[in-house]
Amino acid sequence: MLLVTMVIVSLLAFAAFDLISGSPAEIMLGTQATEERVAELEAELGLDRPFPVRYLSWLAGFFTGDLGTSYSYHQPVWELIAPKVGITLCLSLLSFLLIAAVSIPLGLWAARRSGGPLDAAGTVLNQLCMAVPPFFTGVLLSWVFSITLHVFVHGQFPDMGSDPGGALGYLFFAAVAIAIPRIAMTVRMLRSTIQAEMRRDYVRTAISRGNDRAGVLRRHVLRNALVPVVTFLAQTMAEIVAASIVVEQVFAIPGLGRLLVSSISNRDYPVVQAIVVILAFWVVLAGTAADLINQRIDPRLRLGGAS
Amino acid sequence: MKKRLLALLLLTGLLSAALTGCGGGSTEQASGDGQTANGSAGARAQTNEIVVGIAQDLDESLDPHKAVAAGTKEVMFNVFEGLVKPTPDGDLIPAVASGYTVSPDQTVYTFTLREGVLFHNGDPVEMEDVVYSIERCADDSEGTPLIPALSAISDIQSDETTLTITLAQPDSEFLSYLTLAVLPADYDGQDTAPVGTGPFKFVSRAAQDSIVLERFADYWGTPAELDKVTFRIIENADSLVMSLQSGAIDLFSHLTTTQAAQLGDDFQILEGTMNLVQALYLNNAVEPFSNEKVRQALCYAVDKQQIIDLAFDGYGSPIGSSMYPAFQKYFVEDLTDYYPYDPERAMELLAEAGYPDGFTMTITVPSNYQPHIDTAQVLVEQLKAVGITAEIQLVEWGTWLDETYTNRQFQSTVVGVDASNMTARALLERFTSTAGDNFINYSDSDYDALFAQVQTAADDDARTELYKEMERNLTEHAANVYIQDLADLVALRTGLEGLRFYPIYVLDLSTVRYAQ
Amino acid sequence: MRRKSMNGYLLAGLVLTGALTALILLGLVWTPYDPDAMLAGPKLQGPTLAHLLGTDSFGRDIFSRVLRGAGTTFLIALSTVAIGAVCGTAAGALTGYFGGVVDEALMRLNDALTAFPSILLALVVLSILGPGNKYNVVIALGIVFIPSFARVTRAAFASLRDVNYVKSARLMGASSGRILVRQILPNTVQVLLPALTIGFNNAVLAEASMSYLGIGVTPPDASLGYMLSEAQGMLTSAPWYALGTGGAIVLLIFGVGLMGEGLQRRGGEVA
Repeated sequence: MLLVTMVIVSLLAFAAFDLISGSPAEIMLGTQATEERVAELEAELGLDRPFPVRYLSWLAGFFTGDLGTSYSYHQPVWELIAPKVGITLCLSLLSFLLIAAVSIPLGLWAARRSGGPLDAAGTVLNQLCMAVPPFFTGVLLSWVFSITLHVFVHGQFPDMGSDPGGALGYLFFAAVAIAIPRIAMTVRMLRSTIQAEMRRDYVRTAISRGNDRAGVLRRHVLRNALVPVVTFLAQTMAEIVAASIVVEQVFAIPGLGRLLVSSISNRDYPVVQAIVVILAFWVVLAGTAADLINQRIDPRLRLGGAS
Repeated sequence: MKKRLLALLLLTGLLSAALTGCGGGSTEQASGDGQTANGSAGARAQTNEIVVGIAQDLDESLDPHKAVAAGTKEVMFNVFEGLVKPTPDGDLIPAVASGYTVSPDQTVYTFTLREGVLFHNGDPVEMEDVVYSIERCADDSEGTPLIPALSAISDIQSDETTLTITLAQPDSEFLSYLTLAVLPADYDGQDTAPVGTGPFKFVSRAAQDSIVLERFADYWGTPAELDKVTFRIIENADSLVMSLQSGAIDLFSHLTTTQAAQLGDDFQILEGTMNLVQALYLNNAVEPFSNEKVRQALCYAVDKQQIIDLAFDGYGSPIGSSMYPAFQKYFVEDLTDYYPYDPERAMELLAEAGYPDGFTMTITVPSNYQPHIDTAQVLVEQLKAVGITAEIQLVEWGTWLDETYTNRQFQSTVVGVDASNMTARALLERFTSTAGDNFINYSDSDYDALFAQVQTAADDDARTELYKEMERNLTEHAANVYIQDLADLVALRTGLEGLRFYPIYVLDLSTVRYAQ
Repeated sequence: MRRKSMNGYLLAGLVLTGALTALILLGLVWTPYDPDAMLAGPKLQGPTLAHLLGTDSFGRDIFSRVLRGAGTTFLIALSTVAIGAVCGTAAGALTGYFGGVVDEALMRLNDALTAFPSILLALVVLSILGPGNKYNVVIALGIVFIPSFARVTRAAFASLRDVNYVKSARLMGASSGRILVRQILPNTVQVLLPALTIGFNNAVLAEASMSYLGIGVTPPDASLGYMLSEAQGMLTSAPWYALGTGGAIVLLIFGVGLMGEGLQRRGGEVA
């Protein structure tokens, strides 16, 4: 399943640009290029080969690090991406952990309270949090924490290698901006799953036999409710990555986001292709990890195969 | 409770593991002195370094002879020098040459090579390097030479210490061209690791991120005050103010007044002139701007002073042709008001040209320059008043350079055009019909003829007059809608001093220092 | 099952969204000032009665600008959802009802597409169509939203394929098209309505994000996203600009979100 998805994703990304964008040789040489020169460069770049061959050699590039040359920077794509990819992946991972760490306890807590004015207030607050776009939160956070309180220095991203702590601190604010709406979604989801689970017969039976509610919740309900939540969290990874791209702009984080945006504007397709596939792979990887975790939680899933 | 603690611990562990993993990937980009870059503004004062924000990445090649963008030349001014170099007053003083003489008829230039000048790689500058550098720029074997004006050279003679250049015709401006960078003859890494003789040496460059320069300890003249300068690229104009306020950047030039007004006590705002010809540049080869009446109508429809008042709080000098006031000698003042603001006249002209109901046009603007974006926004409103619907198209700097400037695929664009050296020619030659950088496709036989006369002009006065005629020609034919020479508002962190303004578009950092 | 009638969330959402929609519709035909007119008031003025959200650095009335920006965002989100819902429902109906190889293949494709973050996919489509044009933004986002609608409707159609009233209609000789439109479609409204509210909110967010990045809608069609990026540049001197713009996005999404919550509760817990 993982392989199939990856092949489809990469094929889509490759084909979309390959078929529609026109000849890269023409783009690189500009409008005044002669036909011979274009043909020459096409041969040099291997563009005269049939589509499947080009696709496979491009795909192989992800393992050899040869992803072609950027049109606008005239630099190997990999060299452009390499220093940035770690930052973006770190940001998405940090956001993800933040979401998981906050939303699971919060969801459990919320599930125990049902009905009443507090519940309604919670729901409204939840909807409100979902309505805040990460880039708006980002602007507010930088305003408060960087410009007013000077907790971090906006626009000066610490080097990951020499100052991982500083870099983490910087990324933390971006991660908060990304996490808030997703935390709200996860809490809402967890809460309704647990409540649905609590209404099931085995839980009612267990409680009526005199087992204490909290114990049942922890031992049985949580286990069963976690499966859809883990799946849901894995799906949020896609949204986290998307939000990272935008939020990186707000915080001036030198990740893939800025490069992707400028490459789209510059129609620098090799760079766009590579970034899109890397990010999609990352999301697929998260999905696969979620499947594996779910199989640990609920061994039944192992038999039927992850679906 | 214990379990929660455990979970927390686990999480922290996971996080740090993830970070080390991520960090591992990027250690290679960490330079040896990565530590200092992490400090805030105060820490930078301790280590005698500054961070300068720039709005765009430099040209793909750092070779000074091939640089196109004004922004590249602005930065690399600190790294390279020619036989002579400009001063803030607009004079030329000897640099790699220790002195020079000019024959009375202005055809023979004799330079003496300064002793003990070193390149940043430690090699001494020899006559061979100087000759190589000049010949490289004069080489016309592949079409137009890098510096067309150098084709006036008829002969170069040199020994170890003296260089004699003979010109076919006298040229009082010739000396300005010898500000061209002197490069080592036997070095082919200029594109990525430039080597020059300036007060700062190039250390490293990270595409789209930063350029690092360090003080060149063996500089022949007064050494630079700062130990290290990092140019950080901030293409996102919106987050610029935040980066200044947060302490990430110490110096940024070309701010708008709105941006400058937000900075508060941490910064001093210095005001100079940008030395750019800011205009709504019109592609003279496409409809409707191929019609002179339409171009003139636009000139009447635009209120320069209102642009300056609205978008720049009154800072800026209106201009009327491709010349800015800092070039006093060539600046023709009465051209500024050649087209007074007159929307009715504009509408008459549009009607005469066959556009009684106006038309729709696109203004391309590089998205990383707030001053130009703001100007374009006011332009749109002013053009609306005469029935023209203008749409702003924001593009990345790279796209602008490729499509608008190089391939000339545009209708109109708001930018500033600079002079690469202190000559009128640097501003005016580009509008001759065959010039490679004539991106507006201006084509006027009178203009070409005037420029041909300049080449053979008998003396400096005659030449100056001809240049003024050329400016008048541009204005009369409304080649572009000239707006202003922008005021250059520079934010310099409080505690820094010594920044000097030049009459050309450069940023000299050699005199910037922390106040004692 | 809860009460099938109104509930507090639905009511609150309807009121808020209704009020906003009314304001936005009003903004399309009338704003207090011309949103682009410079010097409508003094520059960089704080909120006053004459200028509810103050003025920006050109002296433009921010309230008028936000109103018009919200209009752009609103219309783009609506058209986007319309494209996504119509195409997605059609695809979901056909594959869900008929099943077979096409269904299998489309569902696999659908799975692969969920691996693409939606904004990322929109950016890819946009980079092919050409950035900076509002119609391209609508098309790009519309395409991106097709799979999610297809997924929701496919499930509904597949489950309703074999219920009795559909079977009897089939026996009575009704054509497949008639069955799909007349018999099943009305019964999918239950799942389609919440999907529409979620889709609308995602569209608002996606459009605002892209415009914030400068590759979505650009001036003169300023949308809320672009205006927020503009506002970020004058955050200290005109904070009300950023707050007004951001607040408008939040309110728009919040209102529709409440409606969605209410709809879901009305139809039982649809997690």
